[in-house]
Amino acid sequence: MCDTCGCNITPGNGHLVASGGKLSRTADGKAAVTILRSLLDENDLQARHNREHFDQHGVLAVNLMSSPGSGKTALLEATIDSLRNELRVAVIEGDLETENDAQRVRAKGVPAVQITTGSACHLDAHMVHDALHHLPLDGIDIVFIENVGNLVCPASFDLGHHRNVTLLSVTEGDDKPAKYPVMFRAADLMLLTKIDLLAVLDDFDPQRAEAALRNLASEAPSIRLSARSHMGLETWTTWLRQELHAQRQRLAQHNSARPAIQPDGRLMHHGTTSLVHSKYVFSRAKP
Amino acid sequence: MHELSVCQALIAQVEAVAVQHGATAVRSIRICVGPLSGVDPDLLQRSYPLVRAGTVADAAVLVIERLPIRVRCERCGLESEATPNRLICTHCGDWHTRLLSGDEMLLASVELEANDNRHVPTVWA
Ligand SMILES: Nc1nc2c(ncn2[C@@H]2O[C@H](COP(=O)(O)OP(=O)(O)OP(=O)(O)O)[C@@H](O)[C@H]2O)c(=O)[nH]1
Ligand SMILES: [Mg+2]
Ligand SMILES: [Zn+2]
Ligand SMILES: [Zn+2]
Ligand SMILES: [Zn+2]
Repeated sequence: MCDTCGCNITPGNGHLVASGGKLSRTADGKAAVTILRSLLDENDLQARHNREHFDQHGVLAVNLMSSPGSGKTALLEATIDSLRNELRVAVIEGDLETENDAQRVRAKGVPAVQITTGSACHLDAHMVHDALHHLPLDGIDIVFIENVGNLVCPASFDLGHHRNVTLLSVTEGDDKPAKYPVMFRAADLMLLTKIDLLAVLDDFDPQRAEAALRNLASEAPSIRLSARSHMGLETWTTWLRQELHAQRQRLAQHNSARPAIQPDGRLMHHGTTSLVHSKYVFSRAKP
Repeated sequence: MHELSVCQALIAQVEAVAVQHGATAVRSIRICVGPLSGVDPDLLQRSYPLVRAGTVADAAVLVIERLPIRVRCERCGLESEATPNRLICTHCGDWHTRLLSGDEMLLASVELEANDNRHVPTVWA
């Protein structure tokens, strides 16, 4: 695997392992085993397997990430309504506790599996694998994975999905991309949510939020929307349609897509490992 | 926040390497962590003693090498050192850059001890 093919060695860190490089000898000159393997290897493998599941069914898998309460579930509810006669959607919900979000989604007539992580602050590829075997993937166009509300850890874990969407609600402050660069760097799309509240929040400047995203060398587009007033919702569903179309075209050519992680990072970060998955439980959607 | 589970994954990998090379103990573990990896080196260092207890790495020192963030500009082609929330080119100011290093979370090397207390030979990746 990585330790034999050397795929972890990139232009950025190759010098560390070149013969006589910093890592070839320990400080006292004693011999050492050089490994260079991502600590998150095991999760990576599982994520790759998950992506095969999605791809076999022609499903686009989208991971929604944000701080708690930024409007992920509200966005899903509005999205399901507006795509109702056009695309078939299923949802994997991640929360520390409660079945609430899956119930909100099922109330819209869409299959949903709730993963309750207990104390784990993010979903990992193993949890998602168990969940997706309880979803009827046949005939589904898009699977949304609503990650645990957390602007830190979910960014590090490949779930086997194709696209990362990071939500930032206007009540959180427009400097969030600068404060949480790891999360916002992982975004294929940034959604500025609850835009209906801008009228009463004079200190959130969408342009400042977008500029902070560019400072992370991110080309991800940004959409301003409100799940409440449906402002901007059409732009978001257009993005989804385009992504689904692009993914189907890639599949026709036996390719797939990975979420935004910059090219060199991609070599190393096929995913991550969490050993906490033995503690979670999940419940299946009612038939 | 998930440093404890990352640390558990680290020890699991180290244990596998020790078995693979017939080592009886691990002297040191060296990992490389970049600021954009999403793990905090200090938290990792603090969770480490809890996780290594009772394993083949019971007495192993954890050395964390903190890698700098480096980007290469797609416009002017030059490399610069960057900070986590400012990954733009310091030469021309453009934000179209590619990350060269800084998001690593790698197990770099392990120093092992064999039965007869000699070090096992270097094994290359
Ligand atoms: N004004 C306004 N409120 C919204 C909007 N979207 C969501 N909310 C409110 O924000 C609160 C949280 O919304 P949720 O959709 O539950 O947020 P979430 O991100 O799913 O939350 P967690 O799953 O707990 O992380 C609720 O009270 C919503 O009614 C919006 O577009 N405008
Ligand atoms: Mg929710
Ligand atoms: Zn499977
Ligand atoms: Zn975490
Ligand atoms: Zn430049």
